[in-house]
Amino acid sequence: MTAVEPTLLQAFVHNSSGKTRLYIFGTMAALLIIGALFSESLCPYDPYLQNLDIALEQPSAAHIFGTDRYGRDMLSRVIAGSRTSIFSTFLLVAIITTLGTAIGVFCGWARGRADNILMRVSDLCLAFPGLVFALAVAGVLGGGLHNAILALAAISWPKYARIARSQTLSVRETAYLKAARLAGCSTSRLILRHILPNIAGPILVTATLDVGTMMMELAGLSFLGLGAKPPTPEWGSMMSETRGLLQTIPWAVFAPGVAIFLAVMVFNLLGDAIRDYLDPKMRVKS
Amino acid sequence: MTPILQIQNLKKIFSRDGQSDFTAVDDVSFDMVPGECLGLIGESGSGKSTVANMIVRLLAPSGGRISLDGEDVTDADVRAICRKVQMVFQSPQESFDPRRTLGDGIGESLLTAGRPAAEAREEVARLLESVGLSPDFASRYPHEVSGGQCQRAAIARALAIEPKLLICDEATSALDVTVQAEIVALLSHLMRGHGMACLFICHDIALAQGFCDRLLVMYRGKIVEEGTPDEVIQSPKQEYTKMLIDSVL
Ligand SMILES: Nc1ncnc2c1ncn2[C@@H]1O[C@H](COP(=O)(O)OP(=O)(O)O)[C@@H](O)[C@H]1O
Ligand SMILES: [Mg+2]
Repeated sequence: MTAVEPTLLQAFVHNSSGKTRLYIFGTMAALLIIGALFSESLCPYDPYLQNLDIALEQPSAAHIFGTDRYGRDMLSRVIAGSRTSIFSTFLLVAIITTLGTAIGVFCGWARGRADNILMRVSDLCLAFPGLVFALAVAGVLGGGLHNAILALAAISWPKYARIARSQTLSVRETAYLKAARLAGCSTSRLILRHILPNIAGPILVTATLDVGTMMMELAGLSFLGLGAKPPTPEWGSMMSETRGLLQTIPWAVFAPGVAIFLAVMVFNLLGDAIRDYLDPKMRVKS
Repeated sequence: MTPILQIQNLKKIFSRDGQSDFTAVDDVSFDMVPGECLGLIGESGSGKSTVANMIVRLLAPSGGRISLDGEDVTDADVRAICRKVQMVFQSPQESFDPRRTLGDGIGESLLTAGRPAAEAREEVARLLESVGLSPDFASRYPHEVSGGQCQRAAIARALAIEPKLLICDEATSALDVTVQAEIVALLSHLMRGHGMACLFICHDIALAQGFCDRLLVMYRGKIVEEGTPDEVIQSPKQEYTKMLIDSVL
């Protein structure tokens, strides 16, 4: 079965048209988001409710993913954790996309000295190992989900700045931008009406692909105790809480792990589908 | 009569990293009277587009002076002069924003001039008709029309603010010969209707001969020959011009 599944998946990923995949993975991502939004009503049990009588229970019909050491239902905690994990990732991706794009467009448009300085700063950030920086931020500002988001945002924007800058540099040389300048457009109109819409594609694709990466990085920080704090259900910290019991109750680590894996995969596949769909060569075919 | 365009000792030097500076336009001077059609011809790389871009201030000159309609615009901003001079570019499809409709592109200069959107829409329809396109082209995207239709739309865009001078930078070079003839006919019809001057840049001396009142021949950044089309073609003074003529006639 394990041998069949990847091949089927691969065949599907490579053969189906861009639009079909866009719809399928778009729907899956939408379901995840809606699920996270209404996670409270989806939980079969209260994710915070402790009941030591049923602690460390094996998966059963009543508790599909078993229970943790406090007797909390793992399925409920995984579902409740989706809200923290998914929305904090979205917040992080939104921050780095906006900040990076703003800086990149500014650099590509203004060029000169400011561009040089900002690009050196971004080189510095790119060269810095993310986790080490996050640890340093956590050391200075303290742990917690907000600081984890800030730390990751502070070093993750340069990717977007580089894409936005190079795209802005190429759009500003196009004939349509010259025509727009000759139509009397102000700088803000040129940027908002002509540059941003034309550079949005690659940025959107990168952002979607980054949802997976950032979800893992945030979960990683939480796993190290630098992100979400117990008892808040969050996938990374749930794995961390239960990792000592990996030998005795593997399902307690398994459940949040599978959740991270699925969410990351859905957003990565969606990013790929958006990229293929926006690729002009693909578009001509369809 | 005040010249519509006056260019004195215009110069453009490009500094290229790691290499010596390159003089793309070297001491170019010429005048244009209102309503005149002046052809600027020369092989690719001779500096024609650089001259055009300096006139509309998409490029800053390295030296010399430019006056439009009696007003010195050497240091002016594009937004200040675009009400007097407009340009039609070589590749029509690339001169329209791929994410916006032709109507958006044609009406943009009206909106930036403060005209209400409804009025601009009506004006766009009228402009499209004046270049021989039906008003429903306003809702099409550049990739949904042919090169000739797109160039007509580009001409409509240039005419929107009724410029006194229209610069056509190889506006017909990317088109088929039959479409080329249609566009040239449209341009000469519009020039007569609007009393507009036209700086017609092209590398094809035969095409310019039939359309222009006067020709300038440019070679390696300098103007090497000037005269009426007949003068230039019948008795070229320069070897280079002879070569240009021989290559097409
Ligand atoms: N931005 C630029 N930087 C450096 N060199 C340029 C630039 N623009 C044009 N040139 C050079 O200037 C010369 C004239 O170019 P151009 O005016 O486009 O010629 P034409 O329109 O007559 O074909 C060419 O040799 C070209 O390589
Ligand atoms: Mg040119």
